[in-house]
Amino acid sequence: MAVAIVLAALVVGSILFSLLSPWWFTPLASNWGAIDTTLVITFVITGVVFSAVVLFMAYAVFRYRHREGIAASYEPESKRLEMWLTGVTSVGIAAMLAPGLIVWDDYIRVPTGASVVEVVGQQWNWTFRLPGNDGVLGTVDTRRISAENPFGLNPDDPKGKDDLLVNSNELRLPVGRPVKMVLRSVDVLHDFYVPNIRAKMDLVPGMVSYFWFTPERTGTYEILCAELCGVGHSMMRGSVIVVEDEDYQPWLREQPTFAQSPAGTGAGKAMDFAGDLGTGAGRSGAERHGH
Amino acid sequence: MVQTAVIGDERAGVEPEHHEPKSFLTKYIWSQDHKVIAIQYTVTAITVGLIALVMSWMMRMQIGFPYSLGFIDQDRYYQFVTMHGMIMVIYLLTALFLGGFGNYLIPLMVGARDMVFPYVNMLSYWTYLLSVLVLVASFFVPGGPTGAGWTLYPPQAILPGTPGREWGIIMMLVSLVIFVAAFTMGGLNYVTTVLQARTRGMTMMRLPLTVWGIFVSTILGLLAFPALFVSGVMLLLDRVLLTSFFMPSIVSMGEPLGYRGGSPLLFQHLFWFFGHPEVYIVALPAFGIVSDLISTHARKNIFGYRMMVWAILAIGVLSFVVWAHHMYVSGMNPYFGFFFATTTLIIAVPTAIKVYNWVLTLWRGNIHLTVPMLFSLAFIITFVAGGMSGLFLGNVVVDVPLSDTYFVVAHFHMVMGVAPILVVFGGIYHWYPKVTGRLLSDAMGKFHFWVTFLGTFAIFFPMHYLGFVGMPRRYYDFSGINFIPDSAHTLNAFITIAALVVGAAQGVFLFNLVWSAFRGRLAGGNPWRATTLEWQTPETPPGYGNWGPRLPIVHRWAYDFSVPGADEDFLPQNHPPSRETAETAHGRPIAKGTMA
Repeated sequence: MAVAIVLAALVVGSILFSLLSPWWFTPLASNWGAIDTTLVITFVITGVVFSAVVLFMAYAVFRYRHREGIAASYEPESKRLEMWLTGVTSVGIAAMLAPGLIVWDDYIRVPTGASVVEVVGQQWNWTFRLPGNDGVLGTVDTRRISAENPFGLNPDDPKGKDDLLVNSNELRLPVGRPVKMVLRSVDVLHDFYVPNIRAKMDLVPGMVSYFWFTPERTGTYEILCAELCGVGHSMMRGSVIVVEDEDYQPWLREQPTFAQSPAGTGAGKAMDFAGDLGTGAGRSGAERHGH
Repeated sequence: MVQTAVIGDERAGVEPEHHEPKSFLTKYIWSQDHKVIAIQYTVTAITVGLIALVMSWMMRMQIGFPYSLGFIDQDRYYQFVTMHGMIMVIYLLTALFLGGFGNYLIPLMVGARDMVFPYVNMLSYWTYLLSVLVLVASFFVPGGPTGAGWTLYPPQAILPGTPGREWGIIMMLVSLVIFVAAFTMGGLNYVTTVLQARTRGMTMMRLPLTVWGIFVSTILGLLAFPALFVSGVMLLLDRVLLTSFFMPSIVSMGEPLGYRGGSPLLFQHLFWFFGHPEVYIVALPAFGIVSDLISTHARKNIFGYRMMVWAILAIGVLSFVVWAHHMYVSGMNPYFGFFFATTTLIIAVPTAIKVYNWVLTLWRGNIHLTVPMLFSLAFIITFVAGGMSGLFLGNVVVDVPLSDTYFVVAHFHMVMGVAPILVVFGGIYHWYPKVTGRLLSDAMGKFHFWVTFLGTFAIFFPMHYLGFVGMPRRYYDFSGINFIPDSAHTLNAFITIAALVVGAAQGVFLFNLVWSAFRGRLAGGNPWRATTLEWQTPETPPGYGNWGPRLPIVHRWAYDFSVPGADEDFLPQNHPPSRETAETAHGRPIAKGTMA
């Protein structure tokens, strides 16, 4: 009896905790409301299943508790019941999976016309690069990185000359315009994580990853690293400031181009840099992934 | 040395002679007896698990009460995180379920005198012990153990900025490689014994689900651990010989390194190709054991035995095609997401069937709320809770906001940490009387149960909500993050207190283990009135060779509880058929002779 009550209380307690909990998502600041919706669908279905299973157990433990003179029944299997349960479970699973896959299809398909921002991670800070007037990021190679050329840009690539270098952990984005974030790391794994945006993705040295979103609310949002990157992991912070276009353009004009930087003039080092990574819109991560 | 010739059963003819060891050294230390090896594995695993438990306290102190313990600096914090995870998953759970329960139960449950290769079995334990010693030694090398996280992702694991990159990571990888060798020796034994050494009448479809779980789990291990082995060797080469398997061009702390062209993602694929089956390597024995505990203590046959076996096999096969659900935001080709989300959610179907069949076994049962039964009920609840949160993380797009947050920590602790450990406890309370001849104290057992079950639920259920808030995992310091409300820090302090209490309650369990060995109530041969063969041995604890002169002959499945017409509410598997109690396979009576 006591056990049955505790089990039932656990269900009631879990439901109350979920309803009264002050711990819920940060306010959404991007277009990814569909992720939240899919999550809530999953939350409701799984909550109902958990409650049903545990309450059923509680009732069984009470109803079929050991008493003198009572014997258990002998019922090895019931094909009909097992098929029925398998069917219902499959439908429930499909009801969670289908919307999830539809939203994932949106998640990985960058809308045409999205602007490009490159995020560069290194232990333990963030920097950013914008493609400049030509809209194309110049090629880079980790081996070109030096004090004069912290982004590792190829000085021989004309597309890189007008790239804007944001050598700061603060990024501004105009509200309402889709942006494709292309991600790379110069040392270890990192993960660009802004809770309010919902989307996140790892930065992997040696390759370029991406995700996209549309900032839909102005404000300042914290950037955290969400992939263990050494002892400074929890201190790798930054911020995304989403602003109206009239506040965005002045900030944009303040950012130096690669041509204005010490390494931006003259030829590249006499090395074989055939492996320079293209991260611009022309040879983007999306294209490498088959778009 | 006295020779005891053992007479075989009529089918096998005369068995080869078994030489029972008589000296203390050969009987208890360099023992080839599966029961002694099982205890050696169990004691070693629990001992190293206690180290991991204390490390979880240390990291919880830093999270719940930041900087209250001065010696926990960033390096030590990440070292605790890493070693806690690695020890619990590999050196405790894997070793305990397969080396401990597997060793003890397989020969007894299938009606064999020992493992098929007793000498290799002994080597397996001593090799495992060596891997543990290397692991523990890594605490004493310059720089301490590795703090790369239990996933050991390169490039971070072998670069400056990560504690233990000098020696700790080398010790860790060497220890893992040795562990895989130990596991392989044990694993080949378990599989061969189940396939070759079953006694007369013990068909595969009469095996107790405990054996099915351990059997399939071992096969998964034999196929999955090689991936860990090769990735460990390759990472060692990257670290020591500066090869570039996993290392692209890197500028580390302003210094260009000599690596070029390697792929960090390759390591993740290899690691999770091992790492996901590893979840089921731990879960399947728990599934099997809990099935037998529920059936025995509810005095009712397991519901849907054949479906349970097929579900174990289906989960085993599917577990090899879901690994990249750990990598949805790793930067791998995003189109993989469609495939791995689908396979991952499909695996929920056989898993759900197992849950249904456990609760349907309770239905119309005669439920004795013994300590093993209580732990089994707690397992179902914890496993369902953890399984439900797995449906969030498996569904690729829902995983995106939750990955690398405390939601993940809560999920995997419930589903593959706490749930299997509850089965370990249930199993120990259940089989301790067979191992020692005495019952564990019921009062201490119930105290241990309530604190552990409700305590772990109080730790990990609210932790999911910290993940909803967006708190990232593996953070040494949360100060200065504005979106985290103060109430979340209060919740973390509560979780830490709960963790300290649950950990301390394990002291009662350990005391019970020692106290009951001397003062516990005498159990007799079959205190739970169970059907499986290990409870039908002529001696308790079972003697050398397990069965005395004659091997048992099996006539029925493992779940003939409360059979209508039978005198008792259980029929042991070796109970000969009569008019009322025909031979059975998966619960159906069969005509005599067709199952031979």
